Amino acid sequence: MPTLTVDGIEVTVEPGTTVLQACEEAGAEIPRFCYHERLSIAGNCRMCLVEMEKAPKLIASCAMPAGDGMVIHTNTQKVKEGREGAMEFLLINHPLDCPICDQGGECDLQDQSMAYGSGNSRYHEMKRAVAEKNMGPLIKTTMTRCIHCTRCVRFATEVAGVEDLGAINRGENMEIATYLEQALDSELSGNIIDLCPVGALTSKPYAFAARPWELSKTESIDALDAVGANIRVDSRGKEVMRILPRLHEDVNEEWLSDRSRFSYDGLKTQRLDTPYVRKDGKLQPASWSEAFEAIAAKLDGLDGAKIGAIAGDLVCTESMKALKDLMDLLGSPNIDCRQDGAALSAVRSGYLFNSTIAGIEAADALLIVGSNPRHEAALINARIRKRWKMGNFPIALVGEQRDLGYGHEYLGAGPATLADVASGKHSFAKTLKKAKRPMIIVGQGALSRSDGAAVLALAKKIADNFDLVSDDWNGFNVLHTAASRVGGLDLGLLPGEGGKSASDLLDGSLDVLFLLGADEIDTSKLGNSFVIYQGSHGDVGASVADVILPGAAYTEKDAIWVNTEGRPQLGRRAIFPPGDAREDWTILRALSEKLGKTLPYNTLAELRAAMIEAAPHFADIDVVTPAPWGDFGVEGATEDSAFVNPITDYYLTNPISRSSRIMAQCSAAFSKVKTEGTGTNG
Amino acid sequence: MSQVIETGKAFEFTPENVKKAKVFIAKYPKGRQQSAVMPLLDLAQRQNENWLSKEALEYVGKFLDVPYMRVLEVATFYTMYNLKPVGKYFLQLCRTTPCWLRGSDDLEAVCKNKLGISSGETTEDGMFSLLEVECLGACVNAPVVQINDDFYEDLNAENFEAVLDKLAKGEEAPKGPQIDRINSAPEGGPKTLLEKTGDA
Repeated sequence: MPTLTVDGIEVTVEPGTTVLQACEEAGAEIPRFCYHERLSIAGNCRMCLVEMEKAPKLIASCAMPAGDGMVIHTNTQKVKEGREGAMEFLLINHPLDCPICDQGGECDLQDQSMAYGSGNSRYHEMKRAVAEKNMGPLIKTTMTRCIHCTRCVRFATEVAGVEDLGAINRGENMEIATYLEQALDSELSGNIIDLCPVGALTSKPYAFAARPWELSKTESIDALDAVGANIRVDSRGKEVMRILPRLHEDVNEEWLSDRSRFSYDGLKTQRLDTPYVRKDGKLQPASWSEAFEAIAAKLDGLDGAKIGAIAGDLVCTESMKALKDLMDLLGSPNIDCRQDGAALSAVRSGYLFNSTIAGIEAADALLIVGSNPRHEAALINARIRKRWKMGNFPIALVGEQRDLGYGHEYLGAGPATLADVASGKHSFAKTLKKAKRPMIIVGQGALSRSDGAAVLALAKKIADNFDLVSDDWNGFNVLHTAASRVGGLDLGLLPGEGGKSASDLLDGSLDVLFLLGADEIDTSKLGNSFVIYQGSHGDVGASVADVILPGAAYTEKDAIWVNTEGRPQLGRRAIFPPGDAREDWTILRALSEKLGKTLPYNTLAELRAAMIEAAPHFADIDVVTPAPWGDFGVEGATEDSAFVNPITDYYLTNPISRSSRIMAQCSAAFSKVKTEGTGTNG
Repeated sequence: MSQVIETGKAFEFTPENVKKAKVFIAKYPKGRQQSAVMPLLDLAQRQNENWLSKEALEYVGKFLDVPYMRVLEVATFYTMYNLKPVGKYFLQLCRTTPCWLRGSDDLEAVCKNKLGISSGETTEDGMFSLLEVECLGACVNAPVVQINDDFYEDLNAENFEAVLDKLAKGEEAPKGPQIDRINSAPEGGPKTLLEKTGDA
């Protein structure tokens, strides 16, 4: 443990720490551009110069390992002049176009030149200009502003795992470019916008839309996948202007996937902003009381068994709890939150990502079953890649063969291969046996099939046979794709005794079907069922509805979200729902009163108290409560068919993204899936 | 704007070059085969009429299991890799101070007047390309021009023209000093150490 002195303060740091980190520990601020704690060290911006006693020159603190007995000065005249010099060189070719630059107001170069620059320039020659690069529909480039810190190149190579970005030419002619001007095809590409310390890479959809100081910043939780990434929603008035990641070491570190970052324009289109009632076969705008009356008339005297409810992918836990309680009061056991038909039971350890996301870094072998984590949970995939880069991490895949961004062994396509592994016949079984902390990740592609329960049992057998579960380690993981799923299962949104599951609810056998944000469903067999749709967007569910109740999107309500690990997190309202739309639980509360089955809570606090009663871990926000190992899955025969990944188009998985222009452009640019023409497109 | 030119013709190492490439790769530890990118690019360039097409770059990338971008970074960094076609004779004219003082401007004028090309250009018949380069490290024989792999030294307008004439006719032009001297020895023969040793 080296001990060094920084500005007269003695600090002891871990071996391998850099001088820059030691300086920070001692409370000294070191300016930097190229250095980033999550990327490899480049040492090329020279902004972090500090003085080290007995060294002839200033040292680049980011690239110098802290040594025992070093004496560092960060505030001497020599350091000041060194920084001024480095800044002067950086500004030589940097245009002074801050007034028309989107980075203005949140620019590292702007801030640091104010703090550490000399304040004037001695450079009178011509500045260089660099041609713009095409990096796809998300990233706007102004390459003249680039100061060649190479953070973007290092991020793409190291974290995202796409080696299309690089620095071509050299010296004054150096340029950051993608190979042959291709768009950067990564689910994490938006992060290079955050990483860029200047305005060279900015957000294309957000271009010239707002200045950072005029935005209200709301700390919230992302709901477009099951990772539960921590986000900051920047809004102005009643509009979400952009979404940025927030630091959470155990979940998303400081990254955010592109779908979560850029779907926000979908919040403004296709919105349900007033109740609708179907009259004469056509959906017509109505008032809340008309809508409630239509529902009350239909439900009047109806047997609970003829009523059913499905909760969709973007539904908050509060509204699911209210829906569940309402169905109980109506005497209906027909409720399900698994609209994809995944064979998950109420045993908590059987549907959680038990190892936790941060726990991936402690694992030493991984088997992925029926999943493409790159599309289903891009940030978890980044974590797997991080672990893989550390070495000694054999990864095997059963399911669709895809480029995951890291090396892996492809074992096979379907349950037969899985059975081989479970029985120890397969060679990968030995790897699992040898590993101290093996992991299995079971995707929805393996569970949302008619033999899903048997596949789950096979996965459990692997967990039991190869000691995936011990006192201090649980290597059994289910990877969800929907933000609502774990919360729904926690709150018991599963068919009660004699109740029907999602696929049976959709076969038209019911009189009334309540769809709470359920859009990824097959509506072809609904028949004469009276459909009530509550949600935020006019998508599949709303198109078949008889009554539409307009709800709030995830940025428009205070809500608890439970991610795939089982971590409850607090989302906060950034803007109000549009028009007559309301927060979802209040709609259900109002409806229950109309139906004469008033739900026993009047405030959000009372509702949350009821949720905590049903599932105590909801009280521990941001804590993963470990679930005891239980019995789940049904052993039985499996089919021969291959696992099919649930996501065919990464950019269009939910109603919000499907309403987003930006996502549509991404889908056109990157997704290999071609949608069939309608006959009117030429 | 792309710096890479696509020919549409597939590129592949000849069997001898595959053998050579494997020797280069074998010099590095297993899994570090990407370190061989520079000799392999050189090999590809020599096989491909002294320049690297998109196909050649990608072939090297595939051969080494290195992303194409990493290969392109190396190929654009070093001036010795030509990313566009060059003439049969690739003239690299040194213009650093010693050569310039000894008359590299005259050689440049010869190229301009005789061949009609300036730096970075190729003659219409595809015989000669000219590139001005920095010090070739043969200052004692300045001015110097490198033609393909060989140095032509102690040049002046006349003997440089003579060299070019011979090459244009398809004859071989003797490389090295173009005046009466051996390598870097004095003009007209040795000036010192003329006595035989061992007499005293």
